Amino acid sequence: MGIVEAILLSVITAATPLVIAALGELVTERSGVLNLGVEGMMVMGAVSAFAATQITGSPYLGILAGIACGAVFSQLFAFLTLTLVANQVATGLALTLLGLGASGMLGESFLGIQGIKLQPIAIPVLADIPVIGPLLFRQDIIFYLSIALVAGVHWFLFKSRAGLKLRAVGDSHASAHALGVNVIRTRYLAVMFGGACAGLAGAQLSLVYTPQWVENMSAGRGWIALALVVFSSWRPWRLIAGGYLFGAVSISQLHAQAFGLGIPSQLLSSLPYLATIIVLILISHNRRTTLINTPASLGKPFVPDR
Amino acid sequence: MKKLLLALASTAAVIGFASAAAAQEKAKVCFVYVGSKTDGGWTQAHDIGRLELEKALGDKIETQFLESVPEGPDAERAIERLARSGCGLIYTTSFGFMDATIKIAQKFPDVKFEHATGYKTAPNVATYNSRFYEGRYIQGVIAAKMSEKGVAGYIASFPIPEVVMGINSFVIGARSVNPDFKIKVVWANTWFDPGKEADAAKALVDQGVDILTQHTDTTAPMQVAAERGIKAFGQASDMIAAGPKTQLTAIVDTWGAYYIKRTQAFLDGKWETTSSWDGLKDGILTMAPYTNMPDDVKKLAEETEAKIKSGELKPFTGPLKKQDGSEWLAAGASSDDGTLLGMNFYVEGVDDQLPK
Repeated sequence: MGIVEAILLSVITAATPLVIAALGELVTERSGVLNLGVEGMMVMGAVSAFAATQITGSPYLGILAGIACGAVFSQLFAFLTLTLVANQVATGLALTLLGLGASGMLGESFLGIQGIKLQPIAIPVLADIPVIGPLLFRQDIIFYLSIALVAGVHWFLFKSRAGLKLRAVGDSHASAHALGVNVIRTRYLAVMFGGACAGLAGAQLSLVYTPQWVENMSAGRGWIALALVVFSSWRPWRLIAGGYLFGAVSISQLHAQAFGLGIPSQLLSSLPYLATIIVLILISHNRRTTLINTPASLGKPFVPDR
Repeated sequence: MKKLLLALASTAAVIGFASAAAAQEKAKVCFVYVGSKTDGGWTQAHDIGRLELEKALGDKIETQFLESVPEGPDAERAIERLARSGCGLIYTTSFGFMDATIKIAQKFPDVKFEHATGYKTAPNVATYNSRFYEGRYIQGVIAAKMSEKGVAGYIASFPIPEVVMGINSFVIGARSVNPDFKIKVVWANTWFDPGKEADAAKALVDQGVDILTQHTDTTAPMQVAAERGIKAFGQASDMIAAGPKTQLTAIVDTWGAYYIKRTQAFLDGKWETTSSWDGLKDGILTMAPYTNMPDDVKKLAEETEAKIKSGELKPFTGPLKKQDGSEWLAAGASSDDGTLLGMNFYVEGVDDQLPK
């Protein structure tokens, strides 16, 4: 295996959780809800995926547990902000704090236990293609899911009727409501999808990236995912560009250090952030398309008048 | 059911009474932790020390702790809260609590403070530290014996003297066995991020190192080493569970004895400001069992450890050159502690540029 392939393999592992979590948040925000609880939902997903894998012995059940836990946990946020119309920013932050604390408590008995790693699945024929095969077709199921999800969400948002309704809710909840769309239900579902994705991203952390459970193991990845959503101007495919670029620069800077290039490590450590921001600003420089893609009702509470 | 409730209620009453009575006489000893007490590394080692203290002096003291206290203004509030709540002796267990500890100590002259790994003292503030570098020297010796390629990977956290000292000691130890030994350093710029630590480990292995050591807090690098079939060293706690066939040894922090000694002095009214910097011989750090290595390497490691304990061997002893080739220590001369505690240069053999 050449060094380039080795780097690319690490990049894929590093980028996958960012892409998945950001994709969930993208759908949530497209419905007009800003959920800052990604970090909390992610770490809850990580702990429940790890716990379920340990108890059942199957990482696949672990993945399901991660998704389910993220989805259920997000409904707490949905209930507070959509039904009780609490402030979304404050509630989202609280969700993150709660998730970090609760996961630490739930995971206490799983500390220091050796994890079970989710094994890759080789896709017949394709996996034997040189270079691309081992990189793209000899991966674990979460990687395949991440790509399928991006394609699926793109289709859903821009080609399906339900997606059109969801975008309408995010752009102007009053108009959507007047047209007979159930704003609150749509948003509940969007928040739930966001939670499920964050949970899946968390499962990737504790089953693939580093198969173990330690407190706060998401280490800020939820916040990076949130930033990716904004910089991708709410377009699913751009998340892949942003997520992989971020991953690529983070991994390359470690290689540059190990290689002994002599560039200050503090500068190298900040490169992933700088590079991603610059590139995503460049690709979304057209103000008009950016405005069109920004959900106009983002973060605004909706109270249906009865 | 009723019986059970009654029994519970009466037990609760007894316990409540007992603790109320005890609170009258027992001195309160408090701890401020930077991480969670179950982090598997740095903070857990301090908490184990606290539990040993409770076990030893539990009839005379009670302990209290605050965990996951961020370094910075929050630390000041946390320490002040403990001081106000009647703590007589407060241990602040992270380098970044230094200024906060000094500031609160001025406000509460009757409370005693002990700050770990810092360098500022006051009439009621003592400092304590551990000579971790002694363990790293032994690791270097083992690495040079075990590595086929003669290159080790070093995952570092932040360029502070403590970490630089560790890198240098590792290299000096390794070069005492193999004068051509090299290390590659990767700065993760974090103490704690399993993903990033694993990425750094992968990068180093991909670039051809066959031994890994770390100065970060999680077992992620150990896991990567196990997966890639190379050897590695654990940090702060015994990490053998993460790599039963991988870990060569680990530096294990053992603070308990120090906490018992100092708290006893406090109870006896003999507490004084000190700057304690103990090492292997005092038992403030220990080496995890030497595993996954041939007998001759194990023997050499044990001998090295014995020599350090007896004082016969001091890791920072000349002839030593700095990275740029200039003389640092003449043959036979040992570095003074001040230079070590402010260390901001590499010794010869480190293949990295020190971040400034």
